Amino acid sequence: MMEYGYYPGCSLHGTAKEFDLSIKESFTSLGLGLKEVEDWNCCGASSAHETSEELALALAVRILSQAEKAGQKTIVAPCAACYSRLKMANVEVAHDAGLRKRISHIIGQDYQGNVAVRHVTEIYKENKDRLAASVTKPLAGLKIASYYGCLLARPKAVVDWDDAENPTTMDELVTSLGAQALDWSHKTECCGASFSISRGDIAVRLVGDILGAAKLAGADAIAVACPLCQANLDMRQSAAERRNKTTYKLPIIYISQLIGLAQGKDAKALGLDKHMVGAEKVLEKLSAAPIPHGEKKPVAV
Amino acid sequence: MLQLNAETVHTCRDTIKRLSGEDVSRCFQCGKCTAGCPVAIDMDVTPNQVMRLAQINGRERVLASSTIWLCLSCETCSTRCPADIDIAKVMDTLRKISVAEGYPSPEPAITGFHRLFLASVEKYGRLNELELSIKHNLAIMKPTKDIRLAVGLFSKGKINPFGGKVKDRERVKKIFAESQRFVKVYPESIEREAE
Amino acid sequence: MVESSKDKNITMHTYSEVEQVKGYVGNFDVRIRKKARSVEMSKCTGCQVCVEACPQVVPSEWDLGLGTRKAIYTPFVQAVPNVPVIDRSVCRIFTKSKEKCGAACVRACAAKAVNLKQEDEIINEKFGAIVVATGYSLHPWQKAYGEYGGGRYKDVITALHFERMLQASGPTSGHVVRPSDGKEPKNVVFIQCVGSRDESKGVPYCSGICCMYTAKQAILLKEHCQDAQAYVFYIDLRATKKNYEQFVLRAQRDYGVIYTRGRVSKIYQKSDKLVVRGADTLAGVPVEVEADLVVLATAVVPQPDAVAVARMLAIPHDQFALFTEAHPKLRPVESVTRGIFLAGTCQSPMDIPESVAMASAAAAKVMGILSHSELMLEPTIAEVNAERCSGCLTCTKVCPFDAITTVAYDGRTVSNVIASVCQGCGTCAATCPASAIILKGFTNEEIYAQIEAPFKRMEKEVTAGAPA
Ligand SMILES: Cc1cc2nc3c(=O)[nH]c(=O)nc-3n(C[C@H](O)[C@H](O)[C@H](O)COP(=O)(O)OP(=O)(O)OC[C@H]3O[C@@H](n4cnc5c(N)ncnc54)[C@H](O)[C@@H]3O)c2cc1C
Ligand code: SF4
Ligand code: SF4
Ligand code: SF4
Repeated sequence: MMEYGYYPGCSLHGTAKEFDLSIKESFTSLGLGLKEVEDWNCCGASSAHETSEELALALAVRILSQAEKAGQKTIVAPCAACYSRLKMANVEVAHDAGLRKRISHIIGQDYQGNVAVRHVTEIYKENKDRLAASVTKPLAGLKIASYYGCLLARPKAVVDWDDAENPTTMDELVTSLGAQALDWSHKTECCGASFSISRGDIAVRLVGDILGAAKLAGADAIAVACPLCQANLDMRQSAAERRNKTTYKLPIIYISQLIGLAQGKDAKALGLDKHMVGAEKVLEKLSAAPIPHGEKKPVAV
Repeated sequence: MLQLNAETVHTCRDTIKRLSGEDVSRCFQCGKCTAGCPVAIDMDVTPNQVMRLAQINGRERVLASSTIWLCLSCETCSTRCPADIDIAKVMDTLRKISVAEGYPSPEPAITGFHRLFLASVEKYGRLNELELSIKHNLAIMKPTKDIRLAVGLFSKGKINPFGGKVKDRERVKKIFAESQRFVKVYPESIEREAE
Repeated sequence: MVESSKDKNITMHTYSEVEQVKGYVGNFDVRIRKKARSVEMSKCTGCQVCVEACPQVVPSEWDLGLGTRKAIYTPFVQAVPNVPVIDRSVCRIFTKSKEKCGAACVRACAAKAVNLKQEDEIINEKFGAIVVATGYSLHPWQKAYGEYGGGRYKDVITALHFERMLQASGPTSGHVVRPSDGKEPKNVVFIQCVGSRDESKGVPYCSGICCMYTAKQAILLKEHCQDAQAYVFYIDLRATKKNYEQFVLRAQRDYGVIYTRGRVSKIYQKSDKLVVRGADTLAGVPVEVEADLVVLATAVVPQPDAVAVARMLAIPHDQFALFTEAHPKLRPVESVTRGIFLAGTCQSPMDIPESVAMASAAAAKVMGILSHSELMLEPTIAEVNAERCSGCLTCTKVCPFDAITTVAYDGRTVSNVIASVCQGCGTCAATCPASAIILKGFTNEEIYAQIEAPFKRMEKEVTAGAPA
């Protein structure tokens, strides 16, 4: 069995538990293993980055080095922010042996630069056919707006596997799960997640714009692949509704949860009950859709 | 008034180039960065104006601007700049220079958030989301700001009040202690310290 | 065009391509492929009955897909000659389509001019000089500009589409409409410098023409649609020729065109509108227009086959594949290859007046050559001393102008410089292992004499002025 190193990052052990849960479910179904990086630390996110270059690098490289020490050649990072940080750190130290030495000194252990960093959606894309084959309950009739945000579209040095202006990885996945992928305008607009707490006013405005665009495109739900986007679009949704005097009621669902649903898994087991904006409407729509192969297994809510 | 003279007119450009590798003099003021920036409307100086000020050594204005703190590092500008400038990286560098030179933050909520975030990571090695938001809301004197949200999250079992911790916390402390702000040498700050 | 086609001194080869050029000034051997038109020019009366009869409808290239044409067609009303051509790549007979047309065109033509068996004709002819005027094409923006929709939005068009719509005989009969729903647009955004002045996605140079034609189009928009409002997003306005600045000011002052200084970052569809996100860098604010139609002024770039054409003609081109003039100031309409001249946008982006000026200049230069029975050349050209030439022919390989051929001399093959092709660069003279080539005016003896002369004079002066 293929086994990847796994860097959940702080969110997946907290507010994004259901992402963690549903990723593990989907990997098991694909026959892929995930093993957490030993004693991992926070990647520092934008806060370290905006304060100190060496700190940002050191925090990221320690994670990579921990993986390298355990012989993990590839690590999967589901959080788009962690993914971007780790991959960027890899790029920076790869180009500069002096810097690598200096950072190795700060973290007190060597890093040779031999750990590849990948995002979950990349792995799903690679296994798209097998995913499609594992679908037992196609998401027929469901209109999904795939939201990539900034970090799963840019920069080219990190996301070299999709188009920066019109990424399609998640859309392809959603289509292979039987849902309808919407062509919409705000796929790659920034949601302002890093201001969710500090400048809520800005975050709420940006969230409103994105939700409004998805609504206009006729979405039943928004698919995401980043805990920060999910949290921001989900938790700030009611504030955005108040600000813009409208209702969106758009569940923000992880791509891994959609995979689980299409594989006929229990909604609760996938953590779909954990969102602020409930997914009841989506689930209702799904159970109303005709079930192929004559299976009549209602989806539990 | 901004005085332009041969001795200093390129200083800001040169510093940015040395620290980030980005050459702001490539900018020809097309405005595409400002046009696509999700927060340009909130900034006191627009992104293309930042580039212009950097070109003519308007460093004080840039380093004290809200712009550098409001930049979300979303890279929209860098992806589309016709002169191939990584504007987000320039913003990033300007933030660090601004801190190194002791400029007061025009966006205390944002800078304060970063400080608290890092304090949490320094303490536990990982982020304690609950502690961070409580401390932040206390700091900005709005302790009940997100209370509705917090209750909701709690009832859904999404908040882990104790957070995770790294075993090797000594090393984390060391990383924080030893890291320098700039990877490249930053002469202005060295001079400042020497004074 | 009609006028030139009737001139007795002009032969027009339409639907033809130059395939090969050999020889040199005054003596070019040119092979022209006259493609099979499938209609005999001598018999056709230009009645267009065949076109009406043809059932095969395809998008018209001339109208950039805004209109249609038949498989047998004349590309546009004023086309010369007024003789249709069959596009064999779409004709039902040639593509062996399942949908039969029963050779409708053949049956329709009373003059029996349609000839499906016609074959390409090869014409070999000698010419004294060549003027290259192959023109330009436009930057393929769809691939590069995903942020403008990458071609996904029907109402984001190029200025050339807009130009077609303005034309009374065009696909919309002179009405400006949205391609998506045929409605007249109210808010129209023009975006300049798309692909131009963009080192990351297009070409770094300024296309030179778009500022002016955009002003023209914005004015014409207002004249075609009274209620319309034009917005022009620009970076700099380049209106440097006679009356150009006044023209742009007129667009702003008399036609209310809003000029906004800033490049557009993104266009997206919102219901039936296009949201254009730009900036007004003069006001220092991002701005947004909910537009009905967006017109892109895309960059002027060389023809896709420019490099191949340059190679065939042995003329140099720059890194963008624009043909290079012999001297940027003093010989702007000549290529370095003698007898080959440049005119128009194949050399650099330019507007019609400039293209015409350049073409006229090139024609005058050609007359300068053809009006004499002998060519006047620079005297500094290479010459082979056949006696000394060992026949190694190294020189023929190094000559950048292909000026060296071979001749028989004293039972041997030796090299020989074609005087009218040689540019006097001296590469062959420097290369010849037998020192059999001299550059006239630059022989070793002459150069040594030049070096020695001043020394001799100095020597004389020193002796003369020396104190006794
Ligand atoms: C939207 C738009 C609006 C414009 N409006 C104006 C305006 O209002 N005023 C103005 O002054 N200018 C205007 N221009 C500019 C104008 O189009 C050019 O200046 C002019 O067409 C240049 O002429 P040219 O002969 O160099 O090239 P072209 O017009 O491109 O002509 C070249 C010709 O050569 C032919 N050709 C190419 N390769 C070969 C080959 N290998 N063998 C045989 N034939 C070949 C082509 O088919 C073409 O017919 C506009 C341009 C655009 C894009
Ligand atoms: S997009 Fe680039 S060239 Fe244009 S104004 Fe911004 S930094 Fe300058
Ligand atoms: S990276 Fe910063 S400056 Fe650039 S578009 Fe994003 S927020 Fe604006
Ligand atoms: S002519 Fe005007 S629109 Fe065209 S590339 Fe130059 S500046 Fe841009």
